[in-house]
Amino acid sequence: MAENSSSFLDRSHTVAGPGYNRWLVPPAALAIHLAIGQAYAFSVFKKPMGALISGNVDKPDALDWTPGQLAVVFSIAIVLLGLSAAVFGKWLERVGPRKAMLASALCFGGGFLIASLGVHLHSIWLVYFGYGFVGGIGLGIGYISPVSTLIKWFPDRPGVATGMAIMGFGGGAMIGSPLAVALMAHFKTSAPMGVAPTFITMGLIYLVFMMFGVFTIRVPADGWKPAGYVPNAQHSTLITTSNVDADNAIKTPQFWMLWVVLLCNVTAGIGVLETASPLIQETFSDASMGAGRGVTAAAAAGFVGLLSLFNLLGRFFWSSASDKLGRKPTYMIYFGLGILLYALAPTLMAKGSLTLFVVVACVILTMYGGGFATIPAYLRDLFGTMQVGAIHGRLLTAWSTAGILGPLLVNYLHDQQKAKGLTGAAAYQTVFYTMAGLLVVGFIANLLVTAVNERYAFKGTVTTASAGH
Amino acid sequence: MNPQPNSSANTPAADTGSGGSPVLAWLFVGLPLAWGVSQTFIKALALFK
Repeated sequence: MAENSSSFLDRSHTVAGPGYNRWLVPPAALAIHLAIGQAYAFSVFKKPMGALISGNVDKPDALDWTPGQLAVVFSIAIVLLGLSAAVFGKWLERVGPRKAMLASALCFGGGFLIASLGVHLHSIWLVYFGYGFVGGIGLGIGYISPVSTLIKWFPDRPGVATGMAIMGFGGGAMIGSPLAVALMAHFKTSAPMGVAPTFITMGLIYLVFMMFGVFTIRVPADGWKPAGYVPNAQHSTLITTSNVDADNAIKTPQFWMLWVVLLCNVTAGIGVLETASPLIQETFSDASMGAGRGVTAAAAAGFVGLLSLFNLLGRFFWSSASDKLGRKPTYMIYFGLGILLYALAPTLMAKGSLTLFVVVACVILTMYGGGFATIPAYLRDLFGTMQVGAIHGRLLTAWSTAGILGPLLVNYLHDQQKAKGLTGAAAYQTVFYTMAGLLVVGFIANLLVTAVNERYAFKGTVTTASAGH
Repeated sequence: MNPQPNSSANTPAADTGSGGSPVLAWLFVGLPLAWGVSQTFIKALALFK
């Protein structure tokens, strides 16, 4: 496209002018991540959507959607997140963050609108297509859209920058869940369970909210550096001064080691998240703790909320800490400390140490969130900034895999123990020990990460134009 | 921290505005996040009752 006919959305129109403050970029990124993070609150719709015909969540009609059918919606969205991040990563680097953010906003907001039609017509396939497929594409493009830009604006503290944005994905569920509950209560009299109008309202709210990011985001000009910033060449051999493009990055063992690292970290975290509510109620029940001292359903919901908070805090804390500690040592902590804590949890459960168990679970969740938030900076260290967004997109297929593998593994292990007649804490022991084993695999994979061979380095001059070549 | 002037080839098409106030931008995203965190915190208190 000729320069003079380029649009507001093009990368060339998003290059920051002299008066631009780089601290505007994290809020622009947060506007996207806080919106798409709603996906983790999809479970709030499960019961109402499973009672659209009967109108009673406790007595679903035979024609109502089953929990299994509704679980597929989230699974599709997570799979599409990884696939679209992988497929559209290079396109994002070429067109720039503004066009990608707009595409994400249209897909994510539009996904809600299509799904609302699906709910209105009671067509589960339309819900799968809307929220799962179209919305999932919005998730993937949105997730990676600000990452590369943030890293380029904050070469002096990439962990802090990406931690702020990816913290938003954790926070999105905290906004999306109470918002959905309030809207469904408001619309309950005008539509079955209030779900369809809630989807329309949320789709429009998120579309507008994400547009703030679209209008605010800017990329730095070629060669821009923060005033006074001098790259520390002696910091670590793992921090490259070269750039590797996305196609070459996936040919390196380092990329696949990090893929395994992310897969293990996410699968283990899902092991706790997936079982949190039933686990704490079954393990610390009245039968084991004494009459009236067991964990109630409301307290279990509070436990899940607490885990979400620590997941969010961990994203910022650990990612920021990795700027000082180094990426590889930070993952050593995630896996090393994680192995100890996962192995300790069954003992605490068996002894009925509720407070200590809650503390352990919260620390585990900080490292689960930290694993997500630190990975973009790790990629930047190994592969340079040129196509870090596209490389990150391809790595996120590990998240999709974990999103399917994690719940399957956890539910299989738990069901197997219950079939043996084990109850309470004993029924969850194998889950925790298996997750600890997965972290051992992650620890080894991280240990094997070395500097990328120079033969993979991009040989041309790195400019914004080469970002999407 | 503001960007340094540059001689990029992209400059002719570059945005010339300041992009707005960082404080307002942080409020725009910070307020919903603070609301969400407070709601979650209130829910979490049930665990300690």
